[in-house]
Amino acid sequence: MGDAITEALRLVAFGDAALWEIVSLSLRVSLTAVALACLIGLPLGALLAIARFPGRGVLIVATNALMGLPPVLAGLLVYLLLSRAGPLGPLELLYTPTAMVVAQTVLVTPIVAALSRQVIEDLHQEYDEQLRSMGMRTWGAVMTLLYDARLSLLTVALAGFGRAAAEVGAVMMVGGNINHVTRVMTTTIALETSKGNLAMAVGLGLVLMLIALVVNGAVMGLRSAQAVPRHV
Amino acid sequence: MSDALITPRSRSLAPANRPDGVLPVALDGVRYRADGATLLDQVTFRLRPGRLTTIMGANGAGKTLCLRLIQGLLRPDDGQITYATGPLNEAGRRRIATVFQRPVLLRRSVIGNLRHALRVYGIPRGDRAEMLADLLHLADLTALAHRSARVLSAGEQQRLSIVRALAAEPDLLLLDEPTANLDPYATRLIETLIRAAEARGATVVLVTHDVGQARRLADDVIFLNRGRVLEQSPAQEFFDTPASDAAAAYLAGRLLL
Repeated sequence: MGDAITEALRLVAFGDAALWEIVSLSLRVSLTAVALACLIGLPLGALLAIARFPGRGVLIVATNALMGLPPVLAGLLVYLLLSRAGPLGPLELLYTPTAMVVAQTVLVTPIVAALSRQVIEDLHQEYDEQLRSMGMRTWGAVMTLLYDARLSLLTVALAGFGRAAAEVGAVMMVGGNINHVTRVMTTTIALETSKGNLAMAVGLGLVLMLIALVVNGAVMGLRSAQAVPRHV
Repeated sequence: MSDALITPRSRSLAPANRPDGVLPVALDGVRYRADGATLLDQVTFRLRPGRLTTIMGANGAGKTLCLRLIQGLLRPDDGQITYATGPLNEAGRRRIATVFQRPVLLRRSVIGNLRHALRVYGIPRGDRAEMLADLLHLADLTALAHRSARVLSAGEQQRLSIVRALAAEPDLLLLDEPTANLDPYATRLIETLIRAAEARGATVVLVTHDVGQARRLADDVIFLNRGRVLEQSPAQEFFDTPASDAAAAYLAGRLLL
């Protein structure tokens, strides 16, 4: 065990090429997925926060429930879509990084939509009468709310990234864990542990933990920056 | 802040006297109900251009509700509100500005709040810098321009809220108890701002419980009791010879039953 940890630290410290290739792909896939999830989830969250339409309550319950979507279920859904017999089969995306991006986007979008709805709705309750008294239309109000809630929404995006980076089931199903093609940190940790190659697994685990720490540190930093001083 | 600030410095903030303004505004038989209760009943009054009207009455009389109806934030259940421009459309709504009792300021700096207002009100980009400087000067907030609006004192926040409303160059400025919870000095600064707003062409409607303030500022008084207008009269007449027992009791500080 001690040898495995020493070897893991050596791999991380000396920049093992195989390890960093996996880290790089993991970050590319997760960051792309989070960007796509924000493109879909933020407007959806704003719409649910501000607009009043039939079925809004059902949509809110659905997005909240989908926050807890099991990754394997998301993986199965994307697998069925992208498999040869599926509606998107001709695109031949199964077992590619793109398929992994799609699976993580499916997982993260409800998180971004549900959390951003809550953030924007709270701010909207505070601003609503003022913005209406200024004659602002819905689109203008949405832009004002998104701008003023930007730090909270960045925190939402970071939470989504945390979910994406730590996910293993969905990317395993649609990526296939193919060496040099779709192998990411979480799937490699599972594989190398089963093979008894603990050094690589622990090394990637350390990197994953480091990423989690940086993300949480960033969240805390943003919250501190957002806080209004009490002494002034 | 000196009284000299009452004089407009900016061409773009000069008194409006627009021929196509929203005034006069008339409420005719307005009724408003909520949760099964009639909160305003047969409310009829007229707001005349250039007259500072105070709306007075005990808590729950319907004063704030009147402002929200005039601003178009609520719709009456019965009766009608007519504006000189016809039905209240988006352009008309921007001729009316409201300052709420508790200022709602954006999570931005002082100058950020004013920039947002100028953009929303469609002030031409080329005029904004001059107007920003003027509004900051008017509110005596130039030194605090880059401070977060949310850390200002209550009086500073209310001054910012008022000049933000003036950024609309409104025909009608609705003030809902703007000096509630302010100390006498902060109150005096707000009253100076109200005078400045009038000098810039805004017709002011002021909801207040402060009888002294109403005596100092009002041209006309509307007195509401339990959702009904009991009096609308020139201020001097109202204070000297209130026509209703309720108004006399209110002015004497007695409980209205």
